[in-house]
Amino acid sequence: MKYIDEFQNPDLARRLLDDIHSTVTRPWALMEVCGGQTHTIIRHGIDQLLPEPVELIHGPGCPVCVTPLEVIDKAMEIASRPEVIFCSFGDMLRVPGTGRDLFQVRAEGGDVRVVYSPLDALRIARENPDREVVFFGIGFETTAPPNAMTVHQARRLRIRNFSLLVSHVRVPPAIEAIMRSPDCRVQAFLAAGHVCSVMGIGEYPALADRYRVPIVVTGFEPLDILEGVRRTVRQLERGEHTVQNAYSRAVRPEGNPSALAMLEDVFEVTDRAWRGIGVIPDSGWRLSPRYRDYDAEYRFSVTGIHTQEPAECRSGEVLQGLLKPNECEAFGTTCTPRSPLGATMVSSEGACAAYYLYRRLDTTTAPLEGSPVA
Amino acid sequence: MCLAVPGKVMDIELRDGTRMATVDFGGVVKEVCLEYLPDLQVGEYAIVHVGFALQRLDEQSARQTLDLFATLGMLQEEFADPWELAAEAGGAPWPDGSGAPQEVQK
Repeated sequence: MKYIDEFQNPDLARRLLDDIHSTVTRPWALMEVCGGQTHTIIRHGIDQLLPEPVELIHGPGCPVCVTPLEVIDKAMEIASRPEVIFCSFGDMLRVPGTGRDLFQVRAEGGDVRVVYSPLDALRIARENPDREVVFFGIGFETTAPPNAMTVHQARRLRIRNFSLLVSHVRVPPAIEAIMRSPDCRVQAFLAAGHVCSVMGIGEYPALADRYRVPIVVTGFEPLDILEGVRRTVRQLERGEHTVQNAYSRAVRPEGNPSALAMLEDVFEVTDRAWRGIGVIPDSGWRLSPRYRDYDAEYRFSVTGIHTQEPAECRSGEVLQGLLKPNECEAFGTTCTPRSPLGATMVSSEGACAAYYLYRRLDTTTAPLEGSPVA
Repeated sequence: MCLAVPGKVMDIELRDGTRMATVDFGGVVKEVCLEYLPDLQVGEYAIVHVGFALQRLDEQSARQTLDLFATLGMLQEEFADPWELAAEAGGAPWPDGSGAPQEVQK
């Protein structure tokens, strides 16, 4: 596939790696803030091909993982109602809520459906005018425009039996929270490319300046990750801290103006709790008052939720980059993708799931054979 | 969930007042909403996420990026000690018995 295959070329990967090896003189800790990037890194063994002093810390870049437990419990409560068809991306079904997950709600008779796109949920609403169709609107800035457009379309087409349970999160406030944490070891960020495809790069120079950290907008193929690391390390070695775009084929500095306009119309910024981390000011979006009729939280008043996290799960530390997944005692023993304790073991973007899937069962495992950059 | 992938626009039609495209993802074909890229044309590539085209892929930028990668290490090849390069290519130990190529280059 064009735009994928050529960015997995092993000869070019070797050139990038050689350049990084010849640049690095001392230890550096870089954080990627996107679960898609975490998977590329672990799948191709990129962290193990980098010079020893360069450490990749996996940040809170998995939207499924950071969706607060309270919202998951609300989703299950709404999905259990007989009049509701609850639509969600597949990743959310097995995320542990308090005592159960959406999959169990379905097994108990709830009408829970997996959709590829929020527009599929809108279609289901049109086809079932006597039912209430609720879409679970979670995700980062990449997913917010599709969900915003879907609510906008619902209003335009007067589809009144559709609503959105919203728990959107934004990357820049999370970067700020990480830099302010007293335990912070992060010296530079690989910014999530597709978030920037939508938002552009305007939010990042102030952060790079305030915390004196290089921020490099990075794509998702192996060569993209290596180029992100190469540019970051180069800046660190020179004592620079600028924002660079290493994913120019898909990121314009101004982002996508029509998506930004729609976000502005449909959502408003709000404080948001991140699962395992806590409340981060201004880090989320909720539906703006103009769209309140389409807000599932208002349509279905859900009360009496008492959340409880499993005591064994240390996903909060994993999400903050304080713990590698395979350093957790439950990893691969009491916690597996089949029987997950935390969301990081469930989602296709969770760091624990990536470590498990690519058999990173201990920290000394070599890269897998056949890895395109090995 | 928030993975976005490149796809090629095969055809475009208006449905319920919304611009929709058929997009090919290397064999898998999906319906994609073009409202956020209203001027995207048949034959162009875009980053697609959960049924929405979010950004056009720029061929010239992609080419420049790959060209840059290809030039990395060229100065090294041009000016480095040919004996070292030959030894590195053949995986042989260094003549003076010192360790890895990276350490020698530093």
